[in-house]
Amino acid sequence: MNDSSTEADTEKLVSMNIDQDIPHEQTVEEIVASLGDTVGQTRVDNPKMSCTDVNVFYADKQAIFGVDLDIADNEVISMIGPSGCGKSTLLRCLNRMNDTIPICKVTGDLTLDGENIYGKNTDPVLLRARVGMVFQKPNPFPKSIYENVAYGPRLHGLSRNKADLDDIVVTSLKKAGIYNEVKDRLDQPGTGLSGGQQQRLCIARTIACSPEVILMDEPCSALDPIATAKIEELIDELRENYSIAIVTHSMQQAARVSQRTAYFHLGKLVEVGGTDDIFTNPKHELTENYITGRFG
Amino acid sequence: MTISLLLLVIFILVALGYTIGRTRAVKRFRSAERERRPHSLPRYYGYLVALYTLIPALVVIVLWGLLESSVLTSMVSRQLPEDIQSLPEGQLKLVINDIKNLAVGNISSSNSDPIRMEAADHFSGLLSKSRWAKGIIAIAAALLGMFFGLRSIAPETRARILVEKAIMIFLIACSSLAILTTVGIVFSVLFESLRFFGKVPFSEFAFGLHWSPQTAIRADQVGSSGSFGAVPIFAGTLLISVIAMLVAVPFGLMSAIYLAEYASPSMRSWAKPLLEILAGIPTVVYGFFAALTMAPMIRGIGESIGLTVASESALAAGLVMGIMIIPFVSSLSDDVITAVPQAMRDGSLGLGATKSETIKKVVIPAALPGIVGGVLLAVSRAIGETMIVVMAAGLAANLTINPLEAVTTVTVQIVTLLTGDQAFDSPKTLAAFALGLMLFVTTLILNIIALRTVRKYREQYE
Repeated sequence: MNDSSTEADTEKLVSMNIDQDIPHEQTVEEIVASLGDTVGQTRVDNPKMSCTDVNVFYADKQAIFGVDLDIADNEVISMIGPSGCGKSTLLRCLNRMNDTIPICKVTGDLTLDGENIYGKNTDPVLLRARVGMVFQKPNPFPKSIYENVAYGPRLHGLSRNKADLDDIVVTSLKKAGIYNEVKDRLDQPGTGLSGGQQQRLCIARTIACSPEVILMDEPCSALDPIATAKIEELIDELRENYSIAIVTHSMQQAARVSQRTAYFHLGKLVEVGGTDDIFTNPKHELTENYITGRFG
Repeated sequence: MTISLLLLVIFILVALGYTIGRTRAVKRFRSAERERRPHSLPRYYGYLVALYTLIPALVVIVLWGLLESSVLTSMVSRQLPEDIQSLPEGQLKLVINDIKNLAVGNISSSNSDPIRMEAADHFSGLLSKSRWAKGIIAIAAALLGMFFGLRSIAPETRARILVEKAIMIFLIACSSLAILTTVGIVFSVLFESLRFFGKVPFSEFAFGLHWSPQTAIRADQVGSSGSFGAVPIFAGTLLISVIAMLVAVPFGLMSAIYLAEYASPSMRSWAKPLLEILAGIPTVVYGFFAALTMAPMIRGIGESIGLTVASESALAAGLVMGIMIIPFVSSLSDDVITAVPQAMRDGSLGLGATKSETIKKVVIPAALPGIVGGVLLAVSRAIGETMIVVMAAGLAANLTINPLEAVTTVTVQIVTLLTGDQAFDSPKTLAAFALGLMLFVTTLILNIIALRTVRKYREQYE
């Protein structure tokens, strides 16, 4: 791995998480303490994943402060908040992508179907097959469209023969709503597609591993409105089979695609609740300020 | 007037031109009203005057240097008596050389007859006159240039643009120096090779299987007719290069993967420079390492298991050359592997791939064109490498693929051919140029392919 860039990224993350929006007279800890307990219902009846008292540190700087949150079966939960509020960091904890950053330390309980994902016996590699991730910038591999989708099934031995694999690839592409656009050129490089198509290809690639949860880190931030609309439609369809957690900067997007919304501020989960409630009737002052556009 | 004194005078004039030009521009424009503001800052007018001073003087000096010798020679030879002038061209040249040597004071020739002495006196007289004339004309040109330069100081003169253009021309001249040198080398090698192919047919050179470049120096010598089949020595080069690449590519690539993907920053910070030190070891040191340590060792091991190993085996030379090339491969591969975007790795890891699966299936394929480019550059380095093979590979042009036998390479043969005792236009010596040309063409083609693949790779992520 490219260590220098990881270091730089980490530094950036740390500074984003800690240094922004802080009045000089108060430390982060004081502000976080002043935010009080999370407003709203953090627990659900049918949790797929749940976080209890999660803290994340980059070296000795704390990026997430005691977050409790459940992700239910077959729901889309959106995480919103100003830049550097820790929403991406929390998302990356859910499939242990933070493991790739050496100085990152996670405490607290994170479970998938009741199993601790940071336990001694959990293999992050198997976890990531169950909890897939779609990244901010479309990142198809420089391989053919077919190979991009077949990558995960091949790794995990999900297919017995070629016909099986073909079937997985086609089904995944169909589920990601891109099959009709690429069916004639499956052997062409995935990097040759447009940005929106690339992102849907990345979603197809994730689906092909048959995950149970899909994490999306600002999946539309690099796309134009039409491509965004397609992805949002897709997210809505995917909800039938998967639990989805999506980090977004667009409040309209959160309102359109999610059933529940969580608002983060400076590494603290400030408020969580039904999306309609949050957007029509926010209980916490900071949430209200954010969604009415007063800051953020 | 010696050339150094002349240059000193000219540089003083140039400095003077700059100062005067600048001062005059400052004075001229201080009083100017708004509409007649000068185009450029005063210092550009200074530079402009300096250039006006420098360029004519340099032109005079260069032209004089080019023409002086031939003009003087013809003037001297016209003074010579009829019988000498009517000599054949070659001999006339010898006489004139004698005269020049006499004039400069290198009394090497015994024929210091009065005619030559007289001509030599005449020549040295002409030479000193010419030097004075050159100095005076050059300084006059500089002064004239300065005069025109100073006259051109006016608001309309676009001094800045002119100066910028002069700088650009200077830079172009500098960069074309390397290119022109390369072209010159190519042509000189090409013409000598054509002379060689005049004596030995190209088909024999390119397809002949026997290399024995000893030709008879005297007509009555026997047993060395000379045969110039280059296949064995190219095969030898190929064999040693292949052995070298078999060492360098796996080791270089693996160490690059370790350094780029696994090593901690502190490990990397000392391991990478250390590896690159390998590239800084003079090849002659590798050469005696190969000849004195590696070759006997391989021979000992080979004999202990019952193989016949030549004391100068291709294996020894190839192995050491491979070690020498490791840093090339690893350093270039490390760069391209590091250049693969982190997003690729994240994507693969996010799908549940392990680190080594990610490297094997995503990082290396993405970096492959760059790695291939690096390997090809290393190959051309291996083919052109001389010192190790001169010391560790043999001289016998065996056509073999057995790495335990002695083979010879193109570079070794060029060294031996040119350090021989034959006349410079014998086929033996000229063969070196033909070999050099072939070698040059081969490495050139490899380099072009390498640079193209590397460039193609670059475009992929930008």
